[in-house]
Amino acid sequence: MNDDDPAAAAPDPAEGLTLQCRHVWKLFGARADEALRDLGDGATAEAIVARGLVPAVRDVNLSVRRGEIFVIMGLSGSGKSTLVRLMSRLIEPTAGEILFNGQNLLTASDKEMVEMRRHKMGMVFQHFALLPHLSVLGNVAFPLEVQGVARAEREARARKMIALVGLAGREEALPRQLSGGQQQRVGIARSLAVEPELWFLDEPFSALDPLIRREMQDEFIRLQSVLKKTIVFITHDFDEAIRLADRIAIMKDGEIVQQGTPEELVLNPATDYVREFTQAVPKAKVVRAESVMVAAEGAATATVGARTVIADAAPLFLDGAEAVAVTDAGGAVVGHLRRADVTRLLMGG
Amino acid sequence: MADAPVLSPPRGLPRWAGWGIVLLACVALWLWGAKAAPWAFEWPRHATIPAARWITAFTKWLLNDASFGLFTFQDLTRFIAAVIDAPYRVVLSVLSTGFLDGQGSAAVQITPPLAWIAVLASFALLGLWAGGRGLAALVAACFLFIAVFGQWQSAMVTLASILVAVPLGVLGGLMLGILAWRHRWVSRAIRPVLDLMQTIPVFAYLVPILFLFGFGPTAAVVATLIYAMPPMTRVTELALARVPSELSDLGHMVGCTRRQMMWRVMVPSAREALMVGVNQVIMLSLNMVIIASMIGAGGLGFDVLSALRRLDFGAGLEAGFAIVALAVALDRLSQAAAARGRRPAVPGGVVARHPYLIAALAVIVVAGVAGLLIPAIQSYPEALQLSTGTFWSRVVEWINVNYFDALEAVKNFFLLNLLIPFKRFLLGLPWLGVAALLAFAGLRLGGWRLALLNAALVTLIAVTGQWEKAMITVYLCGISVVIAMLIGLPVGILAANSDRLWSWVRVIIDTLQTLPSFVYLMPAVMLFRVGDFTAMIAIVAFAVAPAIRYTVLGLKGVDPRLIEAGRAMGCTEGQILTRIRLKLALPEILLGLNQTIMFALSMLVITALVGTRDLGQEVYIALTKADPGRGLVAGLAVAFIAIIADRMIHAGAGAARARLGLGEARA
Repeated sequence: MNDDDPAAAAPDPAEGLTLQCRHVWKLFGARADEALRDLGDGATAEAIVARGLVPAVRDVNLSVRRGEIFVIMGLSGSGKSTLVRLMSRLIEPTAGEILFNGQNLLTASDKEMVEMRRHKMGMVFQHFALLPHLSVLGNVAFPLEVQGVARAEREARARKMIALVGLAGREEALPRQLSGGQQQRVGIARSLAVEPELWFLDEPFSALDPLIRREMQDEFIRLQSVLKKTIVFITHDFDEAIRLADRIAIMKDGEIVQQGTPEELVLNPATDYVREFTQAVPKAKVVRAESVMVAAEGAATATVGARTVIADAAPLFLDGAEAVAVTDAGGAVVGHLRRADVTRLLMGG
Repeated sequence: MADAPVLSPPRGLPRWAGWGIVLLACVALWLWGAKAAPWAFEWPRHATIPAARWITAFTKWLLNDASFGLFTFQDLTRFIAAVIDAPYRVVLSVLSTGFLDGQGSAAVQITPPLAWIAVLASFALLGLWAGGRGLAALVAACFLFIAVFGQWQSAMVTLASILVAVPLGVLGGLMLGILAWRHRWVSRAIRPVLDLMQTIPVFAYLVPILFLFGFGPTAAVVATLIYAMPPMTRVTELALARVPSELSDLGHMVGCTRRQMMWRVMVPSAREALMVGVNQVIMLSLNMVIIASMIGAGGLGFDVLSALRRLDFGAGLEAGFAIVALAVALDRLSQAAAARGRRPAVPGGVVARHPYLIAALAVIVVAGVAGLLIPAIQSYPEALQLSTGTFWSRVVEWINVNYFDALEAVKNFFLLNLLIPFKRFLLGLPWLGVAALLAFAGLRLGGWRLALLNAALVTLIAVTGQWEKAMITVYLCGISVVIAMLIGLPVGILAANSDRLWSWVRVIIDTLQTLPSFVYLMPAVMLFRVGDFTAMIAIVAFAVAPAIRYTVLGLKGVDPRLIEAGRAMGCTEGQILTRIRLKLALPEILLGLNQTIMFALSMLVITALVGTRDLGQEVYIALTKADPGRGLVAGLAVAFIAIIADRMIHAGAGAARARLGLGEARA
């Protein structure tokens, strides 16, 4: 879904990083900032709870790179929804810095924040958050209406977005006349109407039936291949995270337990908690050719891209080939994928 | 109040020991204290706080001398009056009098009012738009009823007041509600005010309003606004608080300004709940406009009131039914409009998009022109009017001639054996003892704050010299509530068991609740003449509705799995009722009791018209003498009684809920 190698894409850090969180804290409760200052380094979950506060997000550090899908995965109560609201400053952090294109959001004035949200950010909500009194067209055009865009222009742009998510022809329908999947398409179209740079999706598919969820994930992958947005995607579903993510951060009790590519998480889970999620995932579906290839020796007829996952490369061995050449983005051979390694991954999981 | 700990007796003493001591002390005071401490029975006259005189003086000062620098208080009331008066004149002209040129009897009509057919058709079209053919037919029938029974003129005057009061009430309530939702301190500041506005009997603030705004429809609209705004304010605050947080997040994410957030996101999203508030405003306005006929609202309320004064039962009943017809039409219309929701827009020109509006305008124009030629279209022909007034008067006369002795015997039996002894008993009680008892009960039910509140309110009633009248109020209200519960509970239990019976009962109690309270007095006065017994009958008839409703709701709300479990254990139907259903429905039934008391108190004030001697009478006298202090002090005493009853029952219901593990007390 993303052709750039995220690891190699950013020689200049300021260039590639869109959104950074530095030591971000959020405690709920009265006089949380004082409590945090008092506790200093001793701000463990227990110490915070002992003060009658709720530690929603604790010392989160992460950076989202331009054009990548960054998934934040955690179970309910892990603080992931709070975190995404901190990133868009819907909630004020108790401490820390949030940098967007190098600018600290927390020092931005209300007016600057409004401008930034109007033009650079979009958000999709778990329960769609469609305005019940507006038609599909009205809902999608709503962010533009708020900005004061003239009717003809905003409706033209909204129609384009509605067509993009495959709802052309339903412009005049009201939200309650649509199915859940269709409602979320409207939500997606609306969040894209302002052509945001940074796209937040807060559990966008959690409220949908499993089959529809799968369909919407495919739709999302298709959209992203066209749009190439910088995305922060929240989910509680590890399979969904694996499927969509360039990189994943796993949260537990307000802390990030581990972050990395799906492959890294599956191959090297940092804690037992992460292992719980990863052990059910077939490795062949996340491990990429570049991770198991060896130095090229001898001849290989077929070739496969370095970022292809093993499960997709496996059919090339069906004709009895012992090795397949691995090529980089430019088409140059960088190594060989051996039959034995592929079988081991496929069998062993 | 919920967080205050409920005190348990010290260890070693049984739970009833505290009660025993307090009761003994009270009885001792009652029996032997009269000589030792006469002030505990009757607060000495010279020590009475002259609150009434203070308030009257304050109002006079407000009216004559108060100034806010740029403008005086009188300028303010005149400004408010003008704001209300201008639209009222226009609406009244359109509906009833026509636009006039000149003053008084020399006035010349420039344009006639809307033809009755045009009004009827417009409302029917509104019904068609909001709820379809059935509703249109119902609304048309209601208006036709009003025309046929010759109530058209009065009904239009009443309708004009409502059409002015409702938009103002909705708008004012909405604004206050928004403020309360935005700022916690506003919410906290207005909550007790709203509580008071809803518990003070309406008569009590009719007096100051009369004083400030003079006699006339403007004052009536002001009173209606005060009465009808609190529920809208509450509903607004609640509705906004219940808008899903995702929607406000959305508003922030798309960069809404504060105003855009409120009017483009929050208010439209809360629309459905807000419409419930609008319906409440309409119904309360209607109720109040009738009562406000006492300060010059005119219209149907005035007809009922004057019929009551003349003891013309038939005329009063017809005007009463016209009010019901108006109430039913407006209630169903607003409910249907609330449930309607938005529909997809219809493409096309102005005519295609607004078919109903265009049709209504067409009917108005056509009927207006035709009305110039054919008078029967302009105003309903008198020759076709019906009146059943004489018939009803005859019926009452016949009953009185034939059953006078029997009715008298019933009345005397109740008076001699129940009403009078109970009244004597209550009047003999020392206020100090009552205060102590209530404070102790408050302590047990809800903690220190409730105890202090009870003691303070009882003392205030006593020291402002209202004790005797307050006790008469408690006596009439108490007996009526007991009787209403005695009727309401069994009927509720029966209705909860049979859906068919319930559908009938519901129609009856819905009708009982839309009837203006005046109407209840009529038949009672006809049959039993003036006096306490008559008042009691009217109060019971008015207050029985919530007793039945809450009993049914409570019993129906009991978890069916528990009933099943009871049946599986071999309980008989009787055991299921007493051991499971009534026990679990207790909190709801207690809330029903609360509502019954509130209804009884609000009716009690109106029964002053039939010559009771309680606080209601005091308010009523103040009204006729335009003495704002006297009216407000008596009104506040009624409010205090209501507040004590309300807080005690809420605490009791909360405790019952907690004991049953049903979670937080609702309402």
